[in-house]
Amino acid sequence: MKTSEVAALLDEPACVHNKKEKSGCAKTKPGATAGGCSFDGAQIALLPIADVAHIVHGPIACAGSSWDNRGTRSSGPTLYRYGMTTDLTEQDVIMGRGEKRLFHAIKQAIDDYAPKAVFLYSTCVPALIGDDMDAVAKAAAERWGTPVIPVDCAGFYGTKNLGNRIAGEAMFKHVIGTREPDPVPESAQRPGITVHDVNLIGEYNIAGEFWYLAPLFDELGLRILCTLSGDTRFHEVQTMHRAEVSMVVCAKALLNVARKLEENHGVPFFEGSFYGITDTSQALRDFARLIGDPDLTARTEALIAREEAKIRTALEPWRERLAGKRALLYTGGVKSWSVVSALQDLGMIVVATGTNKSTAEDKQRIREIMGDDVQTITDGSPRALLAAYKDYRADILIAGGRNLYTALKARIPFLDINQEREFGYAGYAGMLELVRQLALTLESPVWRKVRSPAPWAVQNAMGQPLVA
Amino acid sequence: MAEILKRAKPLAVNPLKASQPIGASLAFLGLRNAIPMLHGSQGCTAFGKVFFVRHFREPIPLQTTAMDQVSTVMNADDNVVEGLRVICEKNSPDVIGLPTTGLAETQGTDIKRLVKRFRERHPQYEKTAVVAVNTPDFSGCLESGYALAVEAAIDVLVPDSRNAGRRRKQVNVLASSMLTPGDVEAIKEWVEAFGLRPVVLPDIGDSLDGHLVDQESTPLTLGGTPRSEIESMGESVATLVIGRSLAKAADLLRTRTHVPERRFDHLLGLDACDAFTLALSEISGQPVPARIDRQRAQLQDAMVDTHFMTGFYRVAIAADPDLLAALGDFVSGVGAQIVAAVAPARAEVLAEMPCPAVQIGDLEDLERAAGSGGAQLLITNSHGAQAAQRLGIPLLRAGFPQYDWVGGYTRTWVGYRGARQCLFDLANLFLEHHHDTPAYRSIYWAGTPRERETPADTGLVRH
Repeated sequence: MKTSEVAALLDEPACVHNKKEKSGCAKTKPGATAGGCSFDGAQIALLPIADVAHIVHGPIACAGSSWDNRGTRSSGPTLYRYGMTTDLTEQDVIMGRGEKRLFHAIKQAIDDYAPKAVFLYSTCVPALIGDDMDAVAKAAAERWGTPVIPVDCAGFYGTKNLGNRIAGEAMFKHVIGTREPDPVPESAQRPGITVHDVNLIGEYNIAGEFWYLAPLFDELGLRILCTLSGDTRFHEVQTMHRAEVSMVVCAKALLNVARKLEENHGVPFFEGSFYGITDTSQALRDFARLIGDPDLTARTEALIAREEAKIRTALEPWRERLAGKRALLYTGGVKSWSVVSALQDLGMIVVATGTNKSTAEDKQRIREIMGDDVQTITDGSPRALLAAYKDYRADILIAGGRNLYTALKARIPFLDINQEREFGYAGYAGMLELVRQLALTLESPVWRKVRSPAPWAVQNAMGQPLVA
Repeated sequence: MAEILKRAKPLAVNPLKASQPIGASLAFLGLRNAIPMLHGSQGCTAFGKVFFVRHFREPIPLQTTAMDQVSTVMNADDNVVEGLRVICEKNSPDVIGLPTTGLAETQGTDIKRLVKRFRERHPQYEKTAVVAVNTPDFSGCLESGYALAVEAAIDVLVPDSRNAGRRRKQVNVLASSMLTPGDVEAIKEWVEAFGLRPVVLPDIGDSLDGHLVDQESTPLTLGGTPRSEIESMGESVATLVIGRSLAKAADLLRTRTHVPERRFDHLLGLDACDAFTLALSEISGQPVPARIDRQRAQLQDAMVDTHFMTGFYRVAIAADPDLLAALGDFVSGVGAQIVAAVAPARAEVLAEMPCPAVQIGDLEDLERAAGSGGAQLLITNSHGAQAAQRLGIPLLRAGFPQYDWVGGYTRTWVGYRGARQCLFDLANLFLEHHHDTPAYRSIYWAGTPRERETPADTGLVRH
């Protein structure tokens, strides 16, 4: 990929803070850098597409320590969980055999696993030696008759965020618009309900959490043409251009897909979140608003009323236990505000939130939700986080898995809200799992035991003779 | 003697291999007040960090020279110098490990020269040792990267000396990547039982064992082999080398210090434990303590008790070469049959596996061979869970990574007690998955026909 192409991807007109300094896309500093690369980001964005063979083209480091390590779930095929890589050797690199190996690797994947498509992810080494992955993809697709999609995402191009955009770009360039959606099956038609087609962009079905929400979409007559990319199939991505509306669910990362769907195919989009009661209801309302079907609007309101009443009753006993508890939130991008709403729904107090990876618009949303005096944290180092935890007298740290052991080593309660987690929190029903996990860690009896010193440490003595 | 079957497929499916830079990082994580910095793109480090965090359930210090597009194309030399400076300035570590990656090697870095340039430009950080090592991920595997890092650490940190035996109770232990923190702890206790004092290089038993300390956060390794002890290795009375992968590192230590050495391929099972115990007794001039004799007798008892389950047990194993050889020797030593053996990369020790062939390959190869060989048990890392499920057989987790099994990272395999526990586990996995003979019902059967049997006929009756 040329520098100019990278620059074009970094330029995202739909992103409010596009003209300002790109705090979400900070430049890397040797010896003081955290976070994944573009390959990581591209892989995360597309790997959940379940019936695709995902081949990582490169030496072992890229796939070897990263395959099958995400919590995203499929309701059917599990091909996406197979780690596939060309595992380039020194000979391949020196002799320039990478392209040839890749070509045959594609055949092997097609022969052995009959994927609906093959995705190729380029990594640093083949990008540096100049393997022409696009040409290999084209030749292989012609030769074997299976779509082969190149994703040019060498790690040195930049951050994970850029990788997400590269992934979105690849889908737009090679996949979206290559097939028309099937008609709605007769068996799924219900009298009086007009089916509307929608997209969810950036929903990854972590721990299967979207399945809490999917029945509600069905009930409303919202057919999800494609989720990019939780529990998705290749043929669904092909039809995204026919949706009536897209929702951008997580971060700005795949905003480019939503924007291009709007520009090229007239599909409007909105940004939202499924974390918390308020935001879930808002997202459903936004669908109805953009689709503009009064009947849908009425049914959506009825559904929201019903679901909110149900979940609020279910949450009542938990609210008493959690209300007033102080949370320190440190997460990337959109979660910095979307989770706030979920916690506020529970009567918890968010004492501060991280804004390191948040965009200007994310920060604006935070102010809207939390007021102007909200404390924000920009330094995400373990030491700074722990200092903030103490300064704001927090009761729990809510962050990504990266900080899990930072919290545990400091003996403080923790909730993981990133991609590796084992529990789903989305939608109304997800709130119940969220409160359970919050209470589980906040109320755990282990904290008192691990915070108190050994009895002999207090005595500061070698031991006393027993007195009868 | 096993035939080594070389990789035969263009595509690796479900890789067994973890990379050399990861292995080198692991070795450096066993040094005290240390931090590894990978020379590569930031992703190389991020993936490595997640890999270790999930395996050890610990925060892991790991940095990157953060090569980007410009420095990749032009030259990333300044990234190395600057990265070293930033870490020294912020954390003043005792040691910075500096493994290269495939990216840096393809670009063509001269990593040792860059360390010299760092010294020239920033002489004020002379107290921090920098151990550079070439570990491209297009060669070798985790084990070889680890071994290269140990060799490089000896090269940089152990001075030339002729003082072998000056510290009459000090024994060097070179520990291969097959050893867990629990293994290293057990080895130290074993050595100490003979009145000797072990210096383990690297000592992940001290740094990655998982223990809560008073400090809430540390930017460097918490424990590990202190640099001062590494420098004193030339004064030890003997060196114990565990794992064939460390042969070159051991050669270097010997030429550098002339400390006499004993080499062991592994410490799994009775014979290996006996050899190690005997060596400790000879080095220390002490008789074998009674409690070790007792542990040995306990292991023998367990061997007798479990041989009904371990005998002819059809086992498929995939692991890095040292561990594969160790497990192979151990299970075949109790009567099991190795129906599939897979290693991610070549190594000399593989030729001695007690099975017809060792495949250089991945977990797809393991799954196929296990299936066709009728394996009853898989032994490999957590990534084998899916294969085990598809095959309908149990998985004993060994090696890297173990992310779905709490405590696997520190399981003790070595020593008489480790071997005994392993036998119990093997036997229990067998018993738990043992299939009875399928029931046959005579054509003259006169009771309730099977399809009309209710749970009341076969189990709990509801009251």
